[in-house]
Amino acid sequence: MAAPSIHVVETPLVLYALRRADDALILGHRLSEWCGHAPMLEEDMALANMSLDLIGQARAFYSYAAQTEAKGNDEDKFAYLRDVRQYRNLLLVEQPNGDFAHTVVRQFFYAAFADPYWRAMMKSSDATLAAIAAKSEKESAYHLRHSSEWVIRLGDGTVESHGRAQAAIDDLWSFTGEMFEADESERVLVESGVVIDPAALRPQWLRTISGIVGEATLAMPDTKWMQKGGRSGRHSEHLGHLLSELQSMQRTFPGVSW
Amino acid sequence: MATPNTPLWEVFIRSRNGLAHKHVGSLHATDATLALQAARDVYTRRGEGWSIWVVPSSAITASDPAEKGMMFEPAETKIYRHPTFYEVPDEVGHM
Repeated sequence: MAAPSIHVVETPLVLYALRRADDALILGHRLSEWCGHAPMLEEDMALANMSLDLIGQARAFYSYAAQTEAKGNDEDKFAYLRDVRQYRNLLLVEQPNGDFAHTVVRQFFYAAFADPYWRAMMKSSDATLAAIAAKSEKESAYHLRHSSEWVIRLGDGTVESHGRAQAAIDDLWSFTGEMFEADESERVLVESGVVIDPAALRPQWLRTISGIVGEATLAMPDTKWMQKGGRSGRHSEHLGHLLSELQSMQRTFPGVSW
Repeated sequence: MATPNTPLWEVFIRSRNGLAHKHVGSLHATDATLALQAARDVYTRRGEGWSIWVVPSSAITASDPAEKGMMFEPAETKIYRHPTFYEVPDEVGHM
């Protein structure tokens, strides 16, 4: 008998914590899919390290969401017992790994946002969010450095790696707009000074991206149209497949532990 | 995976309270920057150190194991080179 999905009372703070937790869990899970499959052992370890950083961030945010909601849910229930429509992560982070260039560019786009975002969030009036941000910022700073160096080497590498890096940038570009959006629920927290307005970081993000893309001899996409929907549970077809793997044990054997 | 694009690097790490960098292993990387990052990712996952050196393996000149006899055996019979051979007068105290 499969375990049913939980119900979540999404107050602004609970929803905010779940969105950040889901970003980190889904991107961390995607990176974990590389374990044992990366182009070289050194990069296999690097991807697994970043995956574990992100899953650690997810746990901190899920725990805070559970504590804030106070309805008997916990980090495991949030991760394992929510359906795809209850997941609140960015569409960017659920995109499939593709080739190594797609994985690197996805990480680069996200880390270039996450690094300044967590640095700014260290000044949050919410002490727990400020503490999680302080830990996440150091991790994101390294993710940004690592992915940037790879973007430069792939772009400014061979004809093959250049083509793959450019294709990854072009494919993933339309998923980047969602990072800078804040809906009604998040705006409540922005106005009370609990969280920062992500839109304010867009110019800095664009400078970081265009600097590295230029150094990599790659081209910035000219597409203006942006995808959205992940924050409100409207996902691409890829997330359902990811969750069916992530959740299969807990759904099939509710409460199983080892 | 050894290819012409990913030469071998030797990794040296100084532990948190150690004075000297110690050799911990090797890795493959395209260049010094990525070698340093790979060293961080492969060799410092359990808080092993505060400082990393990476050196191209090709920059190391090594002694030939076949010359072990000529190189090292002559020292084995010179026990008087160890300071413990000498008797320290009591007036010197703790050294």
